[in-house]
Amino acid sequence: MNRCDTGARTGLVFFGTISASISHELKNALAIINESAGLIEDFTLMAQKGLPLDPERLKTVAGRIQKQIQRADGIVKNMNRFAHSVDDPLKEIDLQDTLYFISLLAHRLADRQGVTLEAAEAKGGIQILTDPFRLQNLLWHCIRFLLPFADSQKRIRMAAEEGPEEVRIQFSGAEGFVHGVPDTFSGEEEKTLLDALGARLITEKENERLIVALPKQLQP
Amino acid sequence: MRVLLVDDEEELVSTLAERLNMRGIEADWATKVEDAISLVGETSYDIAVLDIKLPKMSGLQLKKKLEDLRPKMKFIFMTGHGSEADFRTGAAEAGEAFYLVKPVGIEILVEKMQEVMQSEGKRS
Repeated sequence: MNRCDTGARTGLVFFGTISASISHELKNALAIINESAGLIEDFTLMAQKGLPLDPERLKTVAGRIQKQIQRADGIVKNMNRFAHSVDDPLKEIDLQDTLYFISLLAHRLADRQGVTLEAAEAKGGIQILTDPFRLQNLLWHCIRFLLPFADSQKRIRMAAEEGPEEVRIQFSGAEGFVHGVPDTFSGEEEKTLLDALGARLITEKENERLIVALPKQLQP
Repeated sequence: MRVLLVDDEEELVSTLAERLNMRGIEADWATKVEDAISLVGETSYDIAVLDIKLPKMSGLQLKKKLEDLRPKMKFIFMTGHGSEADFRTGAAEAGEAFYLVKPVGIEILVEKMQEVMQSEGKRS
């Protein structure tokens, strides 16, 4: 497969993976709404048979439905934002906001491995001109690579740092990766993304951190 | 009939358990695989209803562990995922009829529980 094909395929796979994860989450919210509505129906049937209705129980179940509707609304908002991230191949973005967003997109993947993702808060925003979709894709690959190496706290942190020429995204909390199997990372897909973003991957062995260095202004 | 429900969505399994109890089915629930294993070690359940995608371990892996503890226990899988690969794997383990996609109507679930008790718990 040539590089162009690899880039297109990598992007499609990422888009598909995120879409499947979102649909799974939506299904869960719908399933809870379904059971809660069913429980209210059960209460009603019991009331028809003469058993007393407990208003507090009804209130609790109604609250559960409202909570799941809010959850589903948040999931759909994220899905919409993700879908629109392909609109502009070059766009000014807030890097901190992007880290937070990718932590939301990847949380289910991390949950399945018992790991929590954290995007550290930056003092003031860091604005960069980049390809938003490919950056998300690269960060996703980094997270997926690091998850099996999460340390005993099971918490992987992402933090952005601004330098004069470039910005750096530091991943910490997965110390073991430097002694692990880094030969498999970065592979062809990651290299294609790095090239497209004008980015570099740095392994800081002394601090046991993985770093993505990005230009502040990606050239078209 | 005694049933264990395992899903990482607490509000789903707790509500489902309550509704099954109302229908005369004794249902317990767990959101973590460790808790599920511990409950199965303590109690003889007839059926375990497992989510395919669980934190730390898949529903299929959990089935194998629970089978080691209770070889006669029957299984039904529930999933939010509708992928072909998931379906093939889940259906191969539990039988096509016992692989359900969320949201599942309670009457269908109860029907499937009765069916699985009649079957060998494998492919129908």
